[in-house]
Amino acid sequence: MDERKIRVVVAKPGLDGHDRGAKVVARALRDAGMEVIYTGLRQTAEQIVETVLQEDADAVGISILSGAHTFYFTKIIDMLREKDAGDVIVFGGGVIPDSDIPGLIEAGAGAVFGPGTPTTVCVEWLEGAVAKKRAKE
Amino acid sequence: MNKEYTEAKARFEAGVMKTLQKNKERKETFSTGGGLPLERLYGPDMTEGTDYVKEVGFPGEYPFTRGVQSTMFRGRFWTMRQYAGFASAEESNERYRYLLASGTTGLSVAFDLPTQIGYDSDDPMAQGECGKVGVAIDSLKDMEILFDKIPLDKVSTSMTINAPASVLLAMYICVGEKQGVPMSALSGTIQNDILKEYIARGTYIFPPKPSMRLITDIFEFCSQNVPKWNTISISGYHIREAGSTAAQEVAFTLADGIAYVEAARSKGLDPNVFGERLSFFFNAHNDFLEEVAKFRAARRMWAKIMKERFGVTNPKAQMLRFHTQTGGSTLTAQQPENNIVRVTMQALSAVLGGTQSLHTNSMDEALALPSEKSVMIALRTQQIIAYESGVTNTVDPLAGSYVVESLTNEIEEKAFEYIQQIDEMGGMLTAIEKGYVQKHIQDAAYEFQRAVESKENVVVGVNKFQIEEKNKDMKLLTVDASVGERQIKKLQELKASRDNVAVSNALDAIRSAALNESQNLMPLIIDAVRVYATEGEICGVLRGVFGEYTENIVL
Amino acid sequence: MAVDTLLEKALGGDIRSIARIISLIENDNPEKDALLKRVYPMTGKAIVLGITGSPGAGKSTLTDKVIEHFRRQGKKVGVIAVDPSSPFSGGAILADRIRMQRHTGDSGVYIRSMGTRGSLGGLSRGTRESVILLDACGYDVIIIETVGVGQSEVDIIKIADTVCLVLVPGMGDDIQIMKAGIMEIANVFAINKADKPGVDRVAAEVRLMLDLVKDRPWVPPVHLTVAENGTGIEELVASIASHSVFLKSNPDGVRREWRRLAFEVEEILLQHITRMTEKSWNAYKTDEVMELLLSRKSNPYAVAEDVLRKIIPGTRVV
Ligand code: B12
Ligand SMILES: Nc1nc2c(ncn2[C@@H]2O[C@H](COP(=O)(O)OP(=O)(O)OP(=O)(O)O)[C@@H](O)[C@H]2O)c(=O)[nH]1
Ligand SMILES: [Mg+2]
Repeated sequence: MDERKIRVVVAKPGLDGHDRGAKVVARALRDAGMEVIYTGLRQTAEQIVETVLQEDADAVGISILSGAHTFYFTKIIDMLREKDAGDVIVFGGGVIPDSDIPGLIEAGAGAVFGPGTPTTVCVEWLEGAVAKKRAKE
Repeated sequence: MNKEYTEAKARFEAGVMKTLQKNKERKETFSTGGGLPLERLYGPDMTEGTDYVKEVGFPGEYPFTRGVQSTMFRGRFWTMRQYAGFASAEESNERYRYLLASGTTGLSVAFDLPTQIGYDSDDPMAQGECGKVGVAIDSLKDMEILFDKIPLDKVSTSMTINAPASVLLAMYICVGEKQGVPMSALSGTIQNDILKEYIARGTYIFPPKPSMRLITDIFEFCSQNVPKWNTISISGYHIREAGSTAAQEVAFTLADGIAYVEAARSKGLDPNVFGERLSFFFNAHNDFLEEVAKFRAARRMWAKIMKERFGVTNPKAQMLRFHTQTGGSTLTAQQPENNIVRVTMQALSAVLGGTQSLHTNSMDEALALPSEKSVMIALRTQQIIAYESGVTNTVDPLAGSYVVESLTNEIEEKAFEYIQQIDEMGGMLTAIEKGYVQKHIQDAAYEFQRAVESKENVVVGVNKFQIEEKNKDMKLLTVDASVGERQIKKLQELKASRDNVAVSNALDAIRSAALNESQNLMPLIIDAVRVYATEGEICGVLRGVFGEYTENIVL
Repeated sequence: MAVDTLLEKALGGDIRSIARIISLIENDNPEKDALLKRVYPMTGKAIVLGITGSPGAGKSTLTDKVIEHFRRQGKKVGVIAVDPSSPFSGGAILADRIRMQRHTGDSGVYIRSMGTRGSLGGLSRGTRESVILLDACGYDVIIIETVGVGQSEVDIIKIADTVCLVLVPGMGDDIQIMKAGIMEIANVFAINKADKPGVDRVAAEVRLMLDLVKDRPWVPPVHLTVAENGTGIEELVASIASHSVFLKSNPDGVRREWRRLAFEVEEILLQHITRMTEKSWNAYKTDEVMELLLSRKSNPYAVAEDVLRKIIPGTRVV
């Protein structure tokens, strides 16, 4: 009966209040059979990282439309590494200029999805990434 | 309907049946963007039951279905008001003067998130966010710069500020003072609509009860001292952007309105008086006919609510006056130029719906804050509708259209159903606490997303007619990353040079007044702002007394 | 990572290791029983508090305030917050912790969200065993927030030392219905949202109902609370504390502990039997067998008997 569900934290860092996308994605992940821990708005990087650890999440999805993406992505990735949790998949989406995406990927983000992305694409990507991660364990 | 009509219709329908056997229609059933079913054809039989004088009437007269003025745009056009603001007060001041020079007729200030949530730029919570999505205002100093060389007796200013609305209004009043403009001469709007922040927009600070008190304090203060000020802009815009349908937008907005009127009444204020200063804010989405109908329905419903529910007799207090913004969430990152077309249709629906002021979104909406060039096109869109389209030369031109009148009725009916459910629950505050409103919006948002993904809804350039787009050659606005540091330096200088004793006395006065519900906080906040207490300091004191709100998630 | 190292680190207070072991428990990992057997002797120190009540009653908000209270006393607090899993997809949105997020930075608080994963009693499959782990890891107080319950989700009583039932005004006649099942399990009542009209009526109704049990050694106290601002929490927590004392000092308390232990054994038995039968059935379930069933040449009783005999020779179903 050992079935491992995918556990994913969906987080809204900083003061950004745009949560339509985060909630839509959270629901889509739920409907794909995942357990989604939704943090709500106004989370600090510390809170998000701590949540990921306490919840033993496979991944953390960051949704950000306020322009503070570089700040938060890099901070969260760095803090996870510091806490010996560099294996946690970091991904996300929102209004993020194309030109900023390579920087986020280089910092360690797995994928960044912009406006208009079908949620099925996000779901499939995450399923693939988790499978790869688990294969390595 | 007469026999001739009935027979003609039967004949027509028989013909349609034949056609359908040969050529099926594109879909089994048709509906509006908001899910209201649409008939193949609307005719006089569909609006037969509508009593023209009672339900539609004449513009400028109850129930205001056809508009709030008798001559509408033959008199003067709507206010063209572009929402703008970024970085620091200096940059935004420059942008405002550019906009005024290009022919905007009113200002609309966008604040950055720390300002909207009551944090100074040096607060740890503000890290990475200063000046990013609006202008950073920490103290009266910044506000003085923001309106430098802009005469406050000549422009009307709308400020999108909610939880800390009192503080920003106080700053505006003080800037007026310094320019020699008395508060009685100031005109403009503060959004000041906390309920939709809990529902859809997210810049709340305090829990509902003290928040409602701050709002009614403003109502009271302004009715005595700032009579030309719109003390609230009850907003459906954000509710719609969060994913609601058109009918939900109207229903939840008017239900918020009801909650404000009730709160003000229980403070002893007269809705015949403060009712005149209530203004509204709606969205213009793509489904053209439904949107026009929505504006008309909203006007009629509010007039009925004010008259029948609250016994308001002053016609000015029965009128729903509203600002409109085109629907940001309909705009795509893909093939951004297409957005110009979407915005044009949406703006036209707002004009045909009888809006009092309008913001047209820019084509780079889904990419970044608008660049100067795209703002110009957006503004020109309004001007072309005003001056070239001809729709402004007769009042409410779509009235009497069978489909528009039918949809107006249907939106009203549907929206009143929601309002009734909210009433039964005990009002909007309880409905929010139960997550009722949020749940309906999120369900609609998710349904929309799924319909796009299944291609049941076509979004041009996104799920149909896509093209390969290599680096979109658009110049995007980038915000100078040093704003935060500059603001922090300004704050340090301010705190070193102001009268800190006066500040701490003023803050103490706010603290004790906050504990006493019968005291109006507004004058004390003005006193504090005048001696350069910062926004974060004032909100910090109120946080201490009122506590903070935690959102209610129902997914 | 080897389970042993994980356990060592968990017992040393490493959050991520605790979290990982809880996942092993939730996923019914074959190694978890041995692990739990090992730590069991270290348990029995924690106060296990169940917070239950209808959806939206304020359980999470109350939990947040109770955490705050115990933290002020310097106690380490573990929280397990259960939300329903979707019966269709098996997925879940776990959002209770939103109301407790201010404690995330506090190393003395561990919060874990769980989906029910098909469990019907208001808890999740891993709840009971996760409590064992947290107890062993030195959490002084373990709070379990159940899913928003109707009448039948009463498993919490099998795990918690003290059950706090959260009621709210405006429930109208529901309280009549609730009497039947759920009211029976409460050791402490919190009438929450006492800032709203109708509290007194609910409180009166509950007290009236409790009159019927006033001869019992423990009569559940009734408290009015406003979880949003902390009003009434001190009194509530005081009652929780006296219930703990009561359990230790009264024969009723001992009986309760017996019941709980018996339940634990039953659970473990059931789990193992389920696992064994599943394994055996999966091995037996060939296309041939299914064909035979389909054509009614065989029947489910006979098949079940065969499957069982592979586990326990000589058993009979009928
Ligand atoms: C809707 C909207 C709002 C609504 C938000 C309602 C809500 N509750 O969410 C309202 C009207 C309240 C609003 C307000 C504001 N907004 Co706004 N808003 C938008 C808008 C138009 C659409 C966003 C949206 O919801 N789209 C629909 C959803 C489904 O798409 P999405 O969020 O992009 O999500 C998709 C992907 O990005 C991705 N994704 C997103 N998150 C995640 C997470 C994970 C884990 C994954 C895998 C994928 C993923 O998948 C989703 C599905 O495809 C955008 C512009 C645009 N067209 O994108 C501006 C925009 C984001 N807003 C903007 C601004 C400035 C504001 C304000 C700050 C303005 C102000 N100064 O007051 C306010 C304040 C809001 C706040 N509290 O933070 C700017 C941001 C500028 C920037 N980043 O540089 C934008 C870009 C508009 C603009 N060009 O100016 N807004
Ligand atoms: N007025 C009032 N509202 C409260 C009080 N306590 C909680 N709430 C509100 O009630 C709603 C639900 O609170 P939660 O704590 O999430 O309730 P819950 O029982 O955990 O809900 P579920 O886990 O979804 O079953 C929120 O809007 C809270 O703000 C209170 O004492 N008074
Ligand atoms: Mg809860």
